[in-house]
Amino acid sequence: MSQNPKFLFVHDETRRVDEALSTKPRSYFGDALYAFRQNRSSVAAAWILLFLILFATFAPILSPYSIKDQDRIYTNYPSFLPFCGAKGWTFLGGTKTYDSQNDASMLFWQGIAQETGMDPVIKKIHTYETAGRRRGEEVVRYSYDIEVNAYYAVGNIYQVFSYKEFERLQEWQNETGIQVVYPYVHASDIEDIKNNPNLWYKVTEKGVADLDEEGRFIPVYATNKEDEGAAYDSLRIPGDDGSYIYSIKKSGAVQCRINYYNYYRYKNGHEPMYLFGTSLMGMDLFCAIGMGARFSLLFALLVAGINMVIGILYGSLQGYYGGAVDMTLDRICDILSGVPFVVVATLFQLHLSQKVGVVPSFLFAFVLTGWIGVAALTRKQFYRFKGMEYVLAARALGASDRRLMFAHILPNAAGTLVTSCALIIPAVISQETALSYLGIVDLSSFTGTTLGTLLSQGNASATTAPNSILWPSIFLGLLMISFNLFGNGLRDAFNPTTRGTGN
Amino acid sequence: MIKYSLQRIFYMILVFFIIMLMCFVLIRMLPLPVLPPDDPHTQVVEMRREAMGYNEPYLVQFGLFIRNIFTHFDWGVSDKLYFGQEVWEVFKEKLPATVIVNLYSILLSIPIGIFLGMLAALKKNTWVDYTISTLVMAVISVPSFVYAFLIQYFFCFRLQWFPFVMESGTDYFSPEMLRSLVPPVLALSFGVIAGFTRTTRAELAEVLDSDYMLLAKIKGLTVFQATIRHGLRNCFVVIVPQIFGEFLGILSGSLIIEKIFAIPGVGALTLNAINGPDYNVFMLSTAFYTAIGLAAGLVVDLSYGFLDPRIRMGAKE
Repeated sequence: MSQNPKFLFVHDETRRVDEALSTKPRSYFGDALYAFRQNRSSVAAAWILLFLILFATFAPILSPYSIKDQDRIYTNYPSFLPFCGAKGWTFLGGTKTYDSQNDASMLFWQGIAQETGMDPVIKKIHTYETAGRRRGEEVVRYSYDIEVNAYYAVGNIYQVFSYKEFERLQEWQNETGIQVVYPYVHASDIEDIKNNPNLWYKVTEKGVADLDEEGRFIPVYATNKEDEGAAYDSLRIPGDDGSYIYSIKKSGAVQCRINYYNYYRYKNGHEPMYLFGTSLMGMDLFCAIGMGARFSLLFALLVAGINMVIGILYGSLQGYYGGAVDMTLDRICDILSGVPFVVVATLFQLHLSQKVGVVPSFLFAFVLTGWIGVAALTRKQFYRFKGMEYVLAARALGASDRRLMFAHILPNAAGTLVTSCALIIPAVISQETALSYLGIVDLSSFTGTTLGTLLSQGNASATTAPNSILWPSIFLGLLMISFNLFGNGLRDAFNPTTRGTGN
Repeated sequence: MIKYSLQRIFYMILVFFIIMLMCFVLIRMLPLPVLPPDDPHTQVVEMRREAMGYNEPYLVQFGLFIRNIFTHFDWGVSDKLYFGQEVWEVFKEKLPATVIVNLYSILLSIPIGIFLGMLAALKKNTWVDYTISTLVMAVISVPSFVYAFLIQYFFCFRLQWFPFVMESGTDYFSPEMLRSLVPPVLALSFGVIAGFTRTTRAELAEVLDSDYMLLAKIKGLTVFQATIRHGLRNCFVVIVPQIFGEFLGILSGSLIIEKIFAIPGVGALTLNAINGPDYNVFMLSTAFYTAIGLAAGLVVDLSYGFLDPRIRMGAKE
């Protein structure tokens, strides 16, 4: 064979075979997963969702409080960590803003700071000067907008103890060296002001500090030993020569002036730590949101699961048999879906909550109408697939109705159904929150609290304590958005017709 | 078409009555609230109960109930909340507030929603579209009461532009009243606007790619003219039913908004009836919400047929 120099046979000697497929085959679900990953917003939503679920799982564990810890003083208080409070930071320092404080009220804050050693005033934001006339003389008055550490600002409170409890408190004081009990002050010494335990100095009739010539407070602590409620053998405040009394008699018990912040440490074993602040009931919001979210998520999952099962069975029957069966079952759906959900929830609550409990009756309300959407979806899929040749072939081979329905036709609908489940969950959470917000369903005996309850408590005090509504709202908003984005992403990923269209 | 409509209406009424029967029996099965012993109205209410047939079988009771409604529109007497008053009279007083709030909200939402949707469709796959679509997604997901809180906190408390709750009184068009209605209307509108935007965007984006739009532009129409005259008109086949549906839908969905902004409407009445409990009032509001829900579905279905001959159901003959 002569070689033509102009032409060379490239594959002259080599054997030509098909290359083995080197890439991995991609399954239906793998393909859907790939499509899902292409959708950046859904992936982000999935991560946020994971974070929120982790939050719901671990927040109640991480919080030093349980849902049953309800503080009676620290209600609707801002976010606070002891470290930030001690540093005097605005951030996480239990900060509340007080407007137009005059010099007299600044003295009051100073009094608390001097007695307890914890200065409630974080900083002055604004200082206003107003010139005015007083008794014919020009005077300049100052007023301030200040940021106050609400936890320190409580200062002292009156509290009644049994003798035993009082002894225990003294022992604790001796062990830790933290001053809880402060010398008693008789109301007669402070111009008969009975409702202000933070006055320990001479005051004028208006309750303003009456200073001595050098501008210092004049202590008016009680010294009459006859009034003393119980023996006191523990820490004494500086400046006490042993004559101050620390309690008075109060019908078989003793009444004391105690520093609430330190008393809190005695009672709970640690300083207050409220990352999100406290709710109206004095719960730790961090823990309460976690508990509420736990319930919401689990409940929604349960509802979605039950609705899926009922809906699939119902829809399969409808779709597979068609005709009169379909017609009859459809009419039942029409009637059930016509009942407003509020009415269903209310009626179930009124009828069943006494007999089977709040949560089961609430569950029944969701199940009664919730499956209709799933049934419609299943029915549609059945109509699409039941006429296909492979079904006919299976029938010709003698497959039973049940086998045709659940082994041959239903798997086609699996993707759509599973993804619809991801969209049922946020809807259930939203409705559940709405109903518990409205107070139609009271779940707090079961879970301690729910997001809806927290929201309605927060709404009642939104102006004085915005954080009590801010955190539950943010949590719910994020949860809803991420769940919906995630669900939509899943739906698009499993739906081949929307694939590759860009968005 | 008329035959089909009549069929649907008849069917709707049938479903309505079945639902009413179910709710009626379930409500009558509940223990009755105890009447105050020495109130002069107690006797009246007891006599009314006797006349309503509280001691008869449930079906007879329902028959009496229906007969009273049909003969002199008598829905019974409130026995707790508005002691001794006709339920329908109470309800009639509450209805305008709800309708007004919803009407304003829908009137506000239609132009904004359609405008945003058009903008997104015309600027498809640009940052404008992405921003609008993302916002729509977020707004649709978050329950409306969360906006209500935000609006109440920022506009009513921080900025003090609007009062916290709705003005009392029935003068629905006075300036103070209109100002106090802004927050609830806004809170209700967010979701509706987002709904309209999404529908308009989806429909218009599809329509804009069609051949007749190309032809319209070739004829020399500007993009704006072509969109308004040809594009949007075709979108209305979907948007108009949605407007009806949303109007009727939020009429029943504003329960929470009514509570937050203290609107003296049907929602508040229903909640009070549930917490009362005042079963006659509850029965009436159940009937109201059921009717609204069914009517919304019906109107949406029928308006499709009226607007677009291509999807007319009864046109087979």
